[in-house]
Amino acid sequence: MIRLSHVSVGYPDKKVLENLSLIFPDSGAVALMAPSGYGKTTLLRVLAGLKTIEAGELSGLENKKISFLFQEDRLLPWVSAEKNVELVSDSEKARHWLKQMEIPDARQLPHEMSGGMRRRVALARAMAFGGDVLLLDEPFKGLDEALRERVASHIRDVYPLTILSVHDSAEAELMGAKIVRLDS
Amino acid sequence: MNRIKEILRRVLIGAFWIGIWWAIAKVVGLPKLLPGPGETALAFARLCGTEAFWRSVGMTLLRVALGYGCAVVGGVLLAVACHQVKGAEMLLSPLRTVIRATPVSSFILLVWLWLKRGHVPVFISFLMVLPIIWTATQEALGAVDGDLREMARMYRFSRWKKIRYLYAPSVRPAFLAACMTGLGFAWKSGIAAEVIALTPDSVGKHLSDAKNYLEYPDLFAWTLTVILLSMALEACLKALARKRKGEGK
Repeated sequence: MIRLSHVSVGYPDKKVLENLSLIFPDSGAVALMAPSGYGKTTLLRVLAGLKTIEAGELSGLENKKISFLFQEDRLLPWVSAEKNVELVSDSEKARHWLKQMEIPDARQLPHEMSGGMRRRVALARAMAFGGDVLLLDEPFKGLDEALRERVASHIRDVYPLTILSVHDSAEAELMGAKIVRLDS
Repeated sequence: MNRIKEILRRVLIGAFWIGIWWAIAKVVGLPKLLPGPGETALAFARLCGTEAFWRSVGMTLLRVALGYGCAVVGGVLLAVACHQVKGAEMLLSPLRTVIRATPVSSFILLVWLWLKRGHVPVFISFLMVLPIIWTATQEALGAVDGDLREMARMYRFSRWKKIRYLYAPSVRPAFLAACMTGLGFAWKSGIAAEVIALTPDSVGKHLSDAKNYLEYPDLFAWTLTVILLSMALEACLKALARKRKGEGK
């Protein structure tokens, strides 16, 4: 179990999470839901180990391999989509996930692709990396409804635990995720 | 068709400036002091037929290339050290400031006392290019996208992968621009060092001799040699950079 006890996190100009206590199960999917600015991304960054907590305790992530789909695509602009995925796994896995994400020509450079395609390449990379926990920050950004459903059907239940940030409950349902509201 | 037009355009521009040179030489009317394009071409053709010309050109190229190569390697190493090691920037930056602020002629005269004549141009080329490569590479390293660095950390990129796929492509444009600028500096400062140090078997020594013996057509011919070699080197470096860019995909 991943446990956050009375966690506070902030930036120099503002506190984002204050005295937050949460428990995530070892398996399944959990969707973090809240309006913008309530700290969904910050919480995912804390879980990824990219943001240090100011107060409280975080446990249960020791020795866990975490894959993180950032809010931005963060693809290397000078290598092909295929290479971007290969760099975190191997060519077989890269090809598999790019096919699952319906990328027609993986030899293209990121700037030659549409926003939706870049998002799916970033998703393919996060999926190909492998590990124990998958963190997804707005995974369906820029994807139309039909594509969201197809992508969700491929990525759900692959990792033991998936934690994602979403804007509406429909996205959480697509992933079969239990909703945790950060604004309540 | 466009290629032919481009070549024609360049030939016409070249012909225009050679025409201006010819006109000025004609007006002055002193071919021994201000030779025109014809006299210079004849002197150049005569020099090309001598063994001393090719030996001097070869040795000058070798010296400049050696100094330039060492500066490129040294500049990158210093940039990485300043970027990675805490305190290195503070310790090393006065060295860069001194090299930049000191006139090249002062350095030539100083090292002339300490080094062999043949080594002076190598050292001077090295010294003039070092801060250019160092500064550009260090600034480019500092400007590598923080989001991509975080991504590389998250996806556990090895050190080699980070260098090959993140740092090298990020730094490449600034590094290549610095290499291009540095090449001109290496070439000019190296030959200036040869002129002052009277380095045997060198273009600079022949330039100096031509001036001392008032052989101005030869002086112009040696200067033409320097310009042509500089253009050829720059073209080579540009072609190499284009090839590397193509391979990068």
